Amino acid sequence: MRKLFFALVTAALGSLALAQSGKLEIFSWWAGDEGPALQALIDLYKKRYPNVEVINATVTGGSGVNARAVLKTRMLGGDPPDSFQVHAGQELTGTWVVADRMEDLTPLFNQEGWMNRFPKGLIDLISYKGKIYSVPVNIHRSNVMWYVPAKLREWGVQPPKTWAEFLTVCQTLKSKGLEAPLALGENWTQQHLWESVALGVLGANDYSNLWNGKLRFNDPKVVAVWNTFGRVLDCANKDASGLSWQQAVDRVLEGQAAFNIMGDWAAGYMTTTKGLKPGEGFGWAPSPGTAGVFMMLSDSFGLPKGVKNRTNVLNWLRLVGSKEGQDAFNPLKGSIAARTDSDPSKYNAYLQSAMRDWKSNRIVGSLVHGAVAPESFMSQFGTVMEIYLSSRNAQAAANAAQAIATQVRLGQ
Amino acid sequence: MNWFRNKDTLYGFLVILPSLVLLGIFVYGFIFQTFYTSLTDWGRDPAQALSANPQIRFIGLENYRELFTGFVDARFRQDLVNTFFFTVFFILGCLSLGLGLAIVLDRSPKGEGFFRTIFLFPMSLSFIVTGTIWRWMLQPQGGVNQLPTLVGLPRGEFAWLTSREQIWQVSWNDLPFITALVVSAVLVFIAIAAFRGGERRRGYIASGSAALLLLWALTLGRSLQPLPFDELHGFNLAFIGIILAAVWQMSGYTMALYLAGLRGIPEELREAARVDGASEWQLYQRIIFPLLAPITLSAMIILGHISLKIFDLIFAMAGADNAPTDVPALLMYLTTFRANQIAKGAAIGMILLLLVAAVIVPYLYSQLKSEVRR
Repeated sequence: MRKLFFALVTAALGSLALAQSGKLEIFSWWAGDEGPALQALIDLYKKRYPNVEVINATVTGGSGVNARAVLKTRMLGGDPPDSFQVHAGQELTGTWVVADRMEDLTPLFNQEGWMNRFPKGLIDLISYKGKIYSVPVNIHRSNVMWYVPAKLREWGVQPPKTWAEFLTVCQTLKSKGLEAPLALGENWTQQHLWESVALGVLGANDYSNLWNGKLRFNDPKVVAVWNTFGRVLDCANKDASGLSWQQAVDRVLEGQAAFNIMGDWAAGYMTTTKGLKPGEGFGWAPSPGTAGVFMMLSDSFGLPKGVKNRTNVLNWLRLVGSKEGQDAFNPLKGSIAARTDSDPSKYNAYLQSAMRDWKSNRIVGSLVHGAVAPESFMSQFGTVMEIYLSSRNAQAAANAAQAIATQVRLGQ
Repeated sequence: MNWFRNKDTLYGFLVILPSLVLLGIFVYGFIFQTFYTSLTDWGRDPAQALSANPQIRFIGLENYRELFTGFVDARFRQDLVNTFFFTVFFILGCLSLGLGLAIVLDRSPKGEGFFRTIFLFPMSLSFIVTGTIWRWMLQPQGGVNQLPTLVGLPRGEFAWLTSREQIWQVSWNDLPFITALVVSAVLVFIAIAAFRGGERRRGYIASGSAALLLLWALTLGRSLQPLPFDELHGFNLAFIGIILAAVWQMSGYTMALYLAGLRGIPEELREAARVDGASEWQLYQRIIFPLLAPITLSAMIILGHISLKIFDLIFAMAGADNAPTDVPALLMYLTTFRANQIAKGAAIGMILLLLVAAVIVPYLYSQLKSEVRR
């Protein structure tokens, strides 16, 4: 008995000592503009655990397009990073949780009292079969329409509330000599527009039903989404595929276009890079038909199975989920905290309005940014978009989407 | 044991053994593994795609069947068509430009060394650098499209890399028929050459198979429809930009090949032809071009396998997601690492390998045969 006690004490002491030293490798795609936000988190971590060597393993490439490929080769090769950045939702569960690669973090959430700190819609999104698998650090909103208030006054139009209104406004602007009232960018921003159109046309309930398999993609309601999408595309610039999302935002700021639909990282771009004041230099509204709904995407960190520095990772996750950590990270990143109790005074006017919506709105997840559909679907959705753009046949696109959904067992 | 009778043979074998083992594992071993993977369902079940010990099942040629006849894999078929057109125009462009430059330089103009270096320089760049430079030049708003304004013309409007225009459209269902026609035309050509050369047996075999193939194409071939609906594929005009950049990079190299060939033609031959009263055109047509034929073949092989494998140039110029400029190598990357469809990605890889092999193997075979003859 004494021996056992002794062994336990040694083990406890050992793990305590380990918690103070060793390494922690954090794998993410936050480089460039987003680097300082991650650095702020790492600095906080170093302050708490000065003896831990933090390895900041970033792989550049927007939205993690390159990082995810590197991550997969590392995981398949049996060399998981201690903690990796992943979009909360199906990008995590559909790829890593179903493959049994992640540890259950429900005990951590209970221990830290996070169950009441994060909105229920978000917890549902990061759970799989009742267990929670990642700690969300930030929230971005996908369904936002951006404009320049002064320009709209000049043209004499109001930000449209529905897609039908949008199309009318579009005609008005075209008759006033604006060639392309909607600014659109490369490939993924077109899919980004699609999810806003889908949410606006279907409404939050049917939109969610698409992803749990209750609403089929070849349902007439969804075919109608493609038809509306086609009419909206007619309002957009023809050289879209050649523009980055920043260039598309620039078109709005320069007055070559009236509206742009983009996630709220656009607010960060306009305030930080362009030096504009939220509400004066640029204005925003929920994308048409989606008032009261918050289409979210979120970056989160999880705990892969079989990592070398488990205690260090758990400490990292505690920091990532804490109020202090989130309020240090998010004002720099240009996003809002996933927690509902963060301090609004640290955020700018746009982010404060997003925080209010985050607490009161209905929450749904984004398709393009990995929240509601597994990677196998999301990545092949590009093919569906291709079929639509080259044929302009709504039924063909809807059938293709359903074929892929069946193939990847979406919602099962 | 004949092998060990001679010590040199033993030493020779021992010396090449390490490279044999490494090649065996890292080239042929992995080719075989990829081939096996392509026959499985790895990636169809998301729970198994990236698990530590994936359970994968053997499903035969299902992945290949889907790629060629499946409803959702239209993008792969368009990519094959893209690769075909890219290869044709890339090789034609490099060969004609390279040959032209070589002929000019062969006449020893002033500053030959200077121009030779200039034309060769693009080759020393990596495709990523070339791609980035041309990406800027082909922006719809600037670069090449601004050129006409220099002489007072309106700005160019072509969208280059993102254009969705497609010409020479053919239905995928007509492809077996068209392929049969092309192959039998080639066979007829071989037969005529054989009869002319006096190889009667070869001529009969070639013309016989051509007739059989034509018969099949005209009767059963028309009813072979891989898809239940017509799916049009054609030449994406967006590829013009890619072809420009690739030709810009590789034509200097082709020029160097041709220049070496031209310099290898003895001066006596040219003089003898001139003495016999050959005009300059006849000199090239009858003496020089036939002597350059082996160089053309080598250049075609080298350029051909580059164009079939092309990935980095397009990745840098248009990105992996720009569907109008997609090729199978890019799709393989997307399928494997984005969509987690590992087995299907492996199948695309195997098809690429077969295409390259179809170009390389006959060449290697003919090279080896001619070496033995010597």
